[in-house]
Amino acid sequence: MPSFLLKRLLNAAGVMLAVAFLAFLIFRFVGDPVELMLNEQASQAQRDELRVRLGLDKGFVLQFATFVGNALRGDFGISYRNQQDVFTLIAERFPATFELVLVATFLSLAIGIPLGVYTAIKRDSPFAKALQFISVLGVSLPSFALGILFILLFSVTLQWLPAFGRGEVVQIGWWSTGLLTPSGRLALILPGITLSLFQITLVMRLVRAEMLETMRTDFIRFARARGLPSRSVHFSHALRNCLMPVITVTGLQIGNLIAFALVTETVFQWPGMGLLFVQAVTFVDIPVMAAYLIVVSFIFVSLNTAVDLLYAYVDPRLREDAVTGAANAR
Amino acid sequence: MNAVATEPLLSVRDLRIVFDGRHGPLTALDGVSFDIAPGEILGVVGESGAGKSLTGTAVIGLLDPPGRIAGGSIHLAGQRIDNLPAEPMRKLRGRRIGAIFQDPLTSLHPLLTVGDQLVETILTHLPVSRSEARERALNLLKEVGIPAAETRIDHYPHQFSGGMRQRVVIALALCAEPALIIADEPTTALDVSIQAQITTLLKRLCREHGTAIMLVTHDMGVIAETADRVAVMYAGRIVEIGPVEEVTRRARHPYTAGLMASIPSVHTRNAILNQIDGSMPRLNAIPPGCAFNPRCGIGTDFCREHRPGLPPSRHAAACHFPLREAPHA
Repeated sequence: MPSFLLKRLLNAAGVMLAVAFLAFLIFRFVGDPVELMLNEQASQAQRDELRVRLGLDKGFVLQFATFVGNALRGDFGISYRNQQDVFTLIAERFPATFELVLVATFLSLAIGIPLGVYTAIKRDSPFAKALQFISVLGVSLPSFALGILFILLFSVTLQWLPAFGRGEVVQIGWWSTGLLTPSGRLALILPGITLSLFQITLVMRLVRAEMLETMRTDFIRFARARGLPSRSVHFSHALRNCLMPVITVTGLQIGNLIAFALVTETVFQWPGMGLLFVQAVTFVDIPVMAAYLIVVSFIFVSLNTAVDLLYAYVDPRLREDAVTGAANAR
Repeated sequence: MNAVATEPLLSVRDLRIVFDGRHGPLTALDGVSFDIAPGEILGVVGESGAGKSLTGTAVIGLLDPPGRIAGGSIHLAGQRIDNLPAEPMRKLRGRRIGAIFQDPLTSLHPLLTVGDQLVETILTHLPVSRSEARERALNLLKEVGIPAAETRIDHYPHQFSGGMRQRVVIALALCAEPALIIADEPTTALDVSIQAQITTLLKRLCREHGTAIMLVTHDMGVIAETADRVAVMYAGRIVEIGPVEEVTRRARHPYTAGLMASIPSVHTRNAILNQIDGSMPRLNAIPPGCAFNPRCGIGTDFCREHRPGLPPSRHAAACHFPLREAPHA
């Protein structure tokens, strides 16, 4: 197990280094930072002085090393647009995105898995067929269109739910949460559903396909032949076998959700990282873009690693000590 | 072995199984009748697609659509079970009829320990506590010959070899002491050396517990070693049934005779293995009359028109022109 863990962590570090290199390239080659930071009247001497101060006169490798070193300490430089520390800027926005993604993930599992099991077991019932049909809509409807439709229906026409923002938030240390206030929770509903609808249908279709596959296996037939109750056969035996791909997809989708929450965040003016990124792109705020790239990649890689480790927990065959145990036993 | 004298444990009469296909129903099993006495081992042999596994599936009530029982009856210890609703039938499975499937590598749930699978099965059928169930699971593992059962009970299926897994599968089938076990090709997926161990184990358990076994296989050798009686199936019908020694030594149906002749022997070295010419008809092309007549060496026009019945004698063949007269019918 420790070597398995070490291997995964080394993999993750390698990927992060590659991403850092890409972010560094953006920094280094998308426009000249000196040109971007000084105004047009600056003299050549001022330019050279800033160049030296920023370390841009150093060699390529040394500059990259400095960049990685700074990034490790959470120093991504100063935003061009509002002269704030980039890391603080992202840290402020992160809780908003994270809570939104958390709600969306919870919804996708809490609704997607039962629907998937239902449509697999009652394959021929009209309700299951209707769900299958609706799920095609869910997969193909773009989230911005859905978000706007929701706003039109629930905020403008019915006036049930807020159309934008996070509502009231409570500060716990550096973390701001909207989960503790009624208005914060209300504000989460529309963007949460908008973001999760694709996930719900994805999880449902995945669970359905996996369940249908598993229900045909010998061990399910044997479980039925032993007279186990169908509830146990379906949930304890069949669903358990379907969880691996669900974990994989959910884990990877959390990364996707964080990265692509920016569409939903833009529609609902949700003050998260995605909105920050969209604004940064508009203003060519390169340090923010580079930092966003690194932070999102870091979340991706962490989730991937966590998924790998969860595998080992769910599937005993992947535990290395179990494998050697079998070899010893024979 | 006075199977005829006692009341049969399992009694199948005129069983007909039909698959509803796109081009109309296909008859996969037609007029199958046989009995199994308590504690008796009945071997069922035949080629792939002859309907032997299907018969077993129907008896444990696991026939899934599009297959359905279209006629006949199945009685277990006098109780009719082929028309039971789903829930009583579910309770009967595992409790009174156990099952063993062909591939021990895929029959066990890969993510649950063998102990969990045994305990769950025991708790489903017997009114015992969890710790009593575990005690029973442990004893079962010992009984089927799993060494170091105390530690092995918490292992996962992938930590067992194929032969050991089949022993676990047998233990699972025995959980609630069923009176009948349907063993569907229990040794086919195993090494020959392991096969002998498993058949010996089955025979011993059958004797000690008084369990009857319906042993479905295409391996005549396994039948000859294990079974008391044998039923030979062809194209969804039983063509010959009787005590093993009589059927193997004095086959009366030409198909059985061909089957026997095609078993290679170590004593005679033939350059070309014996075989029956042709192949078994597909379900949608079973000829009228005797299904075997196109491949039969002694068939006549009569065979093409009239379907032979299976006489109710101890050693019976569904043939108009049986190879020899039964020594004592």
